[in-house]
Amino acid sequence: MNDLELQKLINAAASGKRPHFFEDHDVDRLLTIVWALAGELAVTRERLDTVERLLSERQLLDRAKIDAYRPDASAAEERGRWQIEYIARLLRLLQQEMDALKGKSAK
Amino acid sequence: MSPVATHDDIARFNFLANFNKYMAGVVVAGNSIAFNERAAPQWLATHGAPPDTRREIREAMREDAYYRMWSSLRRTGMEMRQQAGRALVLRQMRSLRDRAQALSASHPDTLRLDSSISVPRYQSELDNHCMPGSYYAEYIDGDVSAAANYDAGMFATTTGLFGRYLDGAGRGTVEWLRRRRPGWTPKRILDLGSGLGHNVVPVARAFPEAEIIAVDLAAPMLRYGHARAIGMGIKNVIFQQANAESLPFEDGHFDFIFSAMFLHETSHSALRNILCEAKRLLAPGGLQVHLEQPPYRGMGAFEQFLRDWDCQYNNEPFWSALHDTRLPELMAELGVAKDKIFETEIHALVEEEMPKVSSEVEDYGRGGMWYACGYDA
Repeated sequence: MNDLELQKLINAAASGKRPHFFEDHDVDRLLTIVWALAGELAVTRERLDTVERLLSERQLLDRAKIDAYRPDASAAEERGRWQIEYIARLLRLLQQEMDALKGKSAK
Repeated sequence: MSPVATHDDIARFNFLANFNKYMAGVVVAGNSIAFNERAAPQWLATHGAPPDTRREIREAMREDAYYRMWSSLRRTGMEMRQQAGRALVLRQMRSLRDRAQALSASHPDTLRLDSSISVPRYQSELDNHCMPGSYYAEYIDGDVSAAANYDAGMFATTTGLFGRYLDGAGRGTVEWLRRRRPGWTPKRILDLGSGLGHNVVPVARAFPEAEIIAVDLAAPMLRYGHARAIGMGIKNVIFQQANAESLPFEDGHFDFIFSAMFLHETSHSALRNILCEAKRLLAPGGLQVHLEQPPYRGMGAFEQFLRDWDCQYNNEPFWSALHDTRLPELMAELGVAKDKIFETEIHALVEEEMPKVSSEVEDYGRGGMWYACGYDA
């Protein structure tokens, strides 16, 4: 069994009709994806928490310093650029829709 | 016998356990508010009378935005629990199988698989509580992955209410039995629909001299359960593949027969057959008891409606019928003397650090407290 086949098996559906609760079934479908993402965010957060605790146990990190940390100007700018890039990537559809509305959809 | 979990696997289950706890402790309450404030008045306006059965309540709530969101989240949570469990166990199904075989090899005589046992249609038609492949999937020879998944994920679904080893029902049953029959030591014990033997282990520990047989339809559950029990130092349980509707034992063979959260997974005709068979197998002077979630009778229609969610949306097709069944009446109909039949409550007995069942944490349909019905022979 290769990786893709294993993923297919892991993510197989249970037999039986999947219920939907919203009038528009796509809302149920979308919620399924959003909630999976919420779960993975919690997984990442927990991993980061472990990293912080392990580093702090070895006295390589003072956890209080994380909360006290204030980026200097160049770090703040770098972070800001990353945030904009990130948000733009997530919301590209809105940009495209707006472009289309304005009649200048990038072709 | 547990699968090897990574940090992310554990975190995934932590998220799901806390999500379930939050849903059961906080979110679920909004349904009754939505019902009283919104759905019931709307129903009254349209129908001229308030909704008063659980079916009418379900109809009325189907339109409610809060209930829809709660239901949709709950359903996807059930699916995520399966996904997380399968992601954990399927990648290591071979090593799990090998470990189970190595443990079982020390006591091969107490694992009795029977390939002639077929899964009845009422079981094979729908995957039980949204487990893809149900209890029966075998992706490789000697597969135990269905059981390993069940074992790994149940803690998340029950948020600790069943105890560290998910044996709260079995431990509670032992406690209850000792109070009901002080000093009694059953000689032969039967666990019906044992699954992977969560509840037979504490019974075996309490009665180390007894001959104990745990029967189930599913080979993966029995293989895993046998290995798990041996790994826990339990040697006096025979894990036997059999259909509880027709068991290969002599009349009156057992003096204590029990089942835990089993009957609701059986069809109407199977339930009758199983209770008949259990009656046949019980020795004079013996006792049998079956643990279930509470029956609907005497319960408010709204609570029935909430408890019935699993039947409608979590592949529990026989859940409603069982909870509407009057087990004492059914037992009497099958020939049990009425004055010998009892109903009682059995509470999960769990480790000190585990959460205890209370109305605030009970998730409808999976609390740490059971309705029990049985009889003295």
